[in-house]
Amino acid sequence: MDLTVVILVEMLYAVASLILISAGLAVVFGMMKVINLAHGEFMMMGGYATITAVNLGVNIFLAMLIIAPIVVGLIGLITERLVIRHLYGRLVDTMLATWGLSLFFIGLATMIFGNTTTGISTPIPGFSIGNYQINGYNFFIIVVAGLLLIGMLTILKSTRAGLIARGAMQRSDMAAALGYSPDRIYMATFFCGSALSGLAGAVLAPLVGLVPTSGGAYIAKSFITVIAGGPSLIAGLFTSAGFFGIVNQIFTFAISPVIGEVALLVAAVILLRLLPQGITAKFFKGKL
Amino acid sequence: MPGSLSKDAITIILVTAILIWVMPLLISTYTLTVLIVYGMLGLSLGLIWGFGGILCFGQAAFFGLGAYTYAIAAINIGESTVPMILAVLVPAVFAALLGAMMFYGRLNDVYLGVITLVVTLILFKFINSTAGPQYLIGNARLGGFNGIPGFQTLNIPGHPDDYIWGDSYFYVCAVLLGVVFFLVSALLRSSFGRIAVGIRENETRMSLMGYDVRARKTVLFAAGAAIAGLAGALFANWAEIVTPSLFSLGQSAEIIIWCIVGGLGTRLGPILGAAGLAYLKFLLGQQTLIDNTLITGLILVLFVLFLPKGIVPALASLWKVSFGRRPKGRIHLQRRMKSRGRING
Repeated sequence: MDLTVVILVEMLYAVASLILISAGLAVVFGMMKVINLAHGEFMMMGGYATITAVNLGVNIFLAMLIIAPIVVGLIGLITERLVIRHLYGRLVDTMLATWGLSLFFIGLATMIFGNTTTGISTPIPGFSIGNYQINGYNFFIIVVAGLLLIGMLTILKSTRAGLIARGAMQRSDMAAALGYSPDRIYMATFFCGSALSGLAGAVLAPLVGLVPTSGGAYIAKSFITVIAGGPSLIAGLFTSAGFFGIVNQIFTFAISPVIGEVALLVAAVILLRLLPQGITAKFFKGKL
Repeated sequence: MPGSLSKDAITIILVTAILIWVMPLLISTYTLTVLIVYGMLGLSLGLIWGFGGILCFGQAAFFGLGAYTYAIAAINIGESTVPMILAVLVPAVFAALLGAMMFYGRLNDVYLGVITLVVTLILFKFINSTAGPQYLIGNARLGGFNGIPGFQTLNIPGHPDDYIWGDSYFYVCAVLLGVVFFLVSALLRSSFGRIAVGIRENETRMSLMGYDVRARKTVLFAAGAAIAGLAGALFANWAEIVTPSLFSLGQSAEIIIWCIVGGLGTRLGPILGAAGLAYLKFLLGQQTLIDNTLITGLILVLFVLFLPKGIVPALASLWKVSFGRRPKGRIHLQRRMKSRGRING
């Protein structure tokens, strides 16, 4: 009984962390069609922003939920103005340029913070269920991921800003004809996407030892989650994160964490072979 | 491509001979050897990406697979000829299977990139986790993160005690690169190569003309992997150790950067890009002021923004503008039109 609860919580946590690390990419790649290979580095910078802020004496929740997203969002904004802006619509070129950016940010972080592991302790203590110890912070991540999904859905579906953003992504010429500037909208959307990446990196920062190269650990997972999700943003994110998270945890508990990771990747390859356009191209069609 | 294949062969032999003679005067042969190996690796991606339009994010997987195959086979056999052949065949077969899965599934662009990326990651994670003594292939322990050291290096075929190393190993690598370059030229001149370029330009049209696009892409993909595998085996011989970092994403990224900087759609570009950037990295590694990764990243971003075609095509067009024959009359114009039809070289 206790074990069932533990496994259930772990599965929810795996799903939630996949949602968290993929949300920023879902906006940047899913909506804007910019293949952002620097996504992992945006998360890494979110982590460093949090740790720096906490070390300066800022409250940890303030640092994670407010400061890190704003800092990373601004970095994203500068990147968009300098580099990405020139490459919209050139899929392969954005991929290569953002790969270069990712290496650039890794080098920058190495020069500033050094090639050592830094970290902060989790602000929420663990507790036990029967004979098992559970990390209390996992619940925080589950809650944040849930709120994130609901928040994104509300903004995209029921606010005017979300409507304009979706419209401009579909037909930027139409949006321009109606008097909105696609350039500005793209800029704002990229800001939101990178802020989400920063938030994810910040929330996960207390759980990992942060090194300048730790972005690489997230990039593949977030990409396969978003791509396997398919055309609809929120439904795709939710279903594919759910699928991969559960597969990962089943194999982790049954065999070992490494096999769990490998199982996730193999599942992704098989899934893409069967549904090359992603899950939501077949199911939940037309949903957001 | 201008000229004929025999003319190509003569040029390749001459240039290789001159470079083998001149380059050791400038750079030590030990460094040169690895530059040649990287050049071959660059050429492998240059072939499938530049001429076949297949952007593979996991070329390092075939490179690493070649190196590991060589190391494992060399420990088990104790002689280097069969392992060298295996190191070419295993990645090629692996790539053929992977390619068949992808191309017959009609996966394209991004999905192709993601799957090759994921496969590289799987290999990297798997090899990294094989530290225990239970991971044995024959007599070879996979060794996890520490890799496999101490295998038989290249020897004269049939004489396991006559090692080829130092300067003579450099000559072997240089000649092999020349041979591979010639084979790639021959492949591109054949109808297979021309159809591959056609598929790159317009896949739908080629399949409507009756060519089996999927099979052709698979074969080209496997050919690229075979070259990468050979480069991997040569690298294993040079480094005398193989480690999981051969499979790493950083390695894959570097190969793509070489091709972009050198120039896609040329045979020479990826080789020059690889050797040049690897040498630049070697020089930069000797200073501590600026981080190496930062500069690599900056180079890639600047090239994508300002010189997306790469150095070699840019230089070629510069050469044409400054020294090429100017059109003066009708005959010259015709000649120019003709040469325009053969840019893909």
